[in-house]
Amino acid sequence: MSLLSVNDLWVSYGAIQALRGISLRVEPGEIVTLIGGNGAGKSTTLRTISGLLQPRSGEIQFQGQAIQGRAPHHIVTSGLIQVPEGRGIFANLTVDENLQLGAFTRSDRVAIRKDRERALELFPRVRERLKQLAGTLSGGEQQMLAIARALLARPKLLMLDEPSLGLAPQIVQTIFQVIREINREGTTILLVEQNASMALQVAHRAYVIEVGEMIMDGPAAELAASDEVRKAYLGAH
Amino acid sequence: MADFAQTLMTALAIGSLYALIALGYTMVYGILKFINFAHSDIVVLGAWVSYTLANKILPMLGLNPHNPETAPPLWVGALILLSAMVACGLLGFAIERLAYKPLRRAPRLNVLITAIGVSLLLQNIGQLNYVFGASPQKMPALMPNIDLLRLSLPSGDGYRDVVIGLVDVMIFATSAVLMLVLEYLVFRTKLGTAMRAVSFSTDNASLMGIPVDRVVSFTFVLGSSLAAAAGFLYVMKYPGLNQPAHSIWVLLGLKAFVAAVIGGIGNVRGAVLGGFVIAFVEQFGAFYISSNYRDVYVFALLIIILLVRPTGLLGSPVREKV
Ligand SMILES: Nc1ncnc2c1ncn2[C@@H]1O[C@H](COP(=O)(O)OP(=O)(O)OP(=O)(O)O)[C@@H](O)[C@H]1O
Ligand SMILES: [Mg+2]
Repeated sequence: MSLLSVNDLWVSYGAIQALRGISLRVEPGEIVTLIGGNGAGKSTTLRTISGLLQPRSGEIQFQGQAIQGRAPHHIVTSGLIQVPEGRGIFANLTVDENLQLGAFTRSDRVAIRKDRERALELFPRVRERLKQLAGTLSGGEQQMLAIARALLARPKLLMLDEPSLGLAPQIVQTIFQVIREINREGTTILLVEQNASMALQVAHRAYVIEVGEMIMDGPAAELAASDEVRKAYLGAH
Repeated sequence: MADFAQTLMTALAIGSLYALIALGYTMVYGILKFINFAHSDIVVLGAWVSYTLANKILPMLGLNPHNPETAPPLWVGALILLSAMVACGLLGFAIERLAYKPLRRAPRLNVLITAIGVSLLLQNIGQLNYVFGASPQKMPALMPNIDLLRLSLPSGDGYRDVVIGLVDVMIFATSAVLMLVLEYLVFRTKLGTAMRAVSFSTDNASLMGIPVDRVVSFTFVLGSSLAAAAGFLYVMKYPGLNQPAHSIWVLLGLKAFVAAVIGGIGNVRGAVLGGFVIAFVEQFGAFYISSNYRDVYVFALLIIILLVRPTGLLGSPVREKV
C-alpha cells in the first residue's frame, strides 16, 4: 500500500485552474521529488494535501485513508507534516517556542525530549539560538529551524516545499545532506523543488509538473538523464 | 500633593478598567485582524448581569439592595463577578461562532460591518423591557466603602485628607490579578504559545496541528470575560447604571480601543500599558487643566502617537511576511 496516493486532483483559485487532474504516489521509505517551474502548481499540490485548500475533485489517501476535506490539524495528527514554502517560521516566537509547537499534537514528554535532542544534533546552529526570536535568524537558519521543528512532529511523511529557496549553495548542501539522513533513519519524504539538479540527486523517484499537469514521472536518475528534463530544468542545451 | 495622590489613585483604578477592556480588543485583533466593535457591548452586559444578579441574590440573604448601608459579605461580590465573567464568556463564544466564524475567509470589511451589526443588535436587545430595560438603574453596593487609609497631605496653604477607598483598591487588585493570569496564560503555556502562533499566521499554525478554530473561540471567551470583569468593576465605582445603549458605554469602549491602539494593537502588554497611559492623561489633564476636555486629551494623545509611532508604544514595526 502506498503511504500517500493522490488521484486525479483538480484544484482552482476562483476562476484559475491551478491543478488539472494530477496524480502521484509516495511509497514508504522513499524520497520522491516534485519538480516544475514557477507557478506550475507545486505548492498548490502540497497545500491541498495538507488540507489548507479544498480540491474541486479527486482523492487523497494517506495510509489508506481518504483525507481530503479533513481539517489541517487532523491531517497533521495523522503524521503528514509539511514545511511550507517560505519556511513558516513564527517570527514573533523564540526559536525554542517554535520547536515546542512542532510537538504540539504530542504529549509523550520523554520521547519529545529525545526527538528534540536528535533534531538539534542535526542542526547545531539552531541549538545555539534557542532563546532568540525566530525572526532574527538568517534565512538558512530559519530553514534549519523549520525542518527541526517538523521532525518534532514525528512525521511519517515529511513534505518540504522548496527548502533550497534563496539559500547559499553551502547551506543548500547541508540541508540536502540532512534530508538524506532523515530519510535513511526511516522518514519518507516528498520534496518539492525548482532546484531540479539537487532534487534529482537525492530523490529515488521524481514527478515533473507543468501548468497544473503531471507531464513525466519515473526513477530520478532516469529523468535526470532524459533530454527533456535536461533542457527544461537542468539548464543543458 | 493631596490632589496629586487622589488623582493618582483614580487614574490607577480607571486605568485598570481601560486595560481590561483593551485586552479584548487587542487579542481579537491579534488573531483575526479586525476590530470587534461589539466588544464594548460585552462590557455593558457584564455590568447589567452584575446588577441583575445582585438584585436577585441580596434579597435571598435578607439584605435590601437599595440600602447601601447593608453591604453583603465579600464572597457575594466575588460570586457575581465570576458569574458575569462566565455569562459573557459564553456569549462571546456564541457571537464568534454565529457571526464571525462563517466569515473567516471573507474580506475584513465584511467582518467589520458584521461586528457593527452585532453591536447594534446587543444594544437593542439589552434595552428590551424583559431584558434590562431602557431606564438607568442603581447598582447595589457589594462591598462596604471603607476608607482603607486616610492621609493628611499638604494642599495649598493647609492640609487636606486623602482617602484611599476599598473600592478603588479592589478594582486595581482584581484587575492586576486577572492581568497576571492572562500574562501567564499567553506567555507561559502551550495554549498561549498556540495563540501567539495563530496571531502570526493561521495557515502555518494549522500546519503545526493547532486547532485554529478552537484557539479563536478561546480568545473570544477570554476577551469577553475580561470585559465582563471590567463592567462589574466599573459599576462598583460608578453605581449609576446607564441603559445599555447609552453613549457613555460607547465612549468607554472607544477609549479602551484607543488604549489598545496606543499600546500597539495586537500586543497584549501594550494594551495594559495603553490603558494606564490614557487614564493618566485623562485624569491628570482633567484635574490640572480642565475637566471639560478630558476626552480631548485622550484623542489628542492618540493622534500624537499615531504620528510619531504609528505602530503604538509596544507594537512591532510592520513586519514583512515571507
Ligand atoms: N492564492 C492564490 N490565488 C490565486 N491564484 C493563485 C494563488 N496561489 C497560487 N495561484 C496560482 O496557481 C498557480 C500555481 O501556483 P503554485 O503556487 O502552486 O505554483 P508553484 O509551482 O508552487 O510555483 P513556485 O515555484 O513559484 O512556488 C499559479 O498560476 C498561481 O498564480
Ligand atoms: Mg511554490
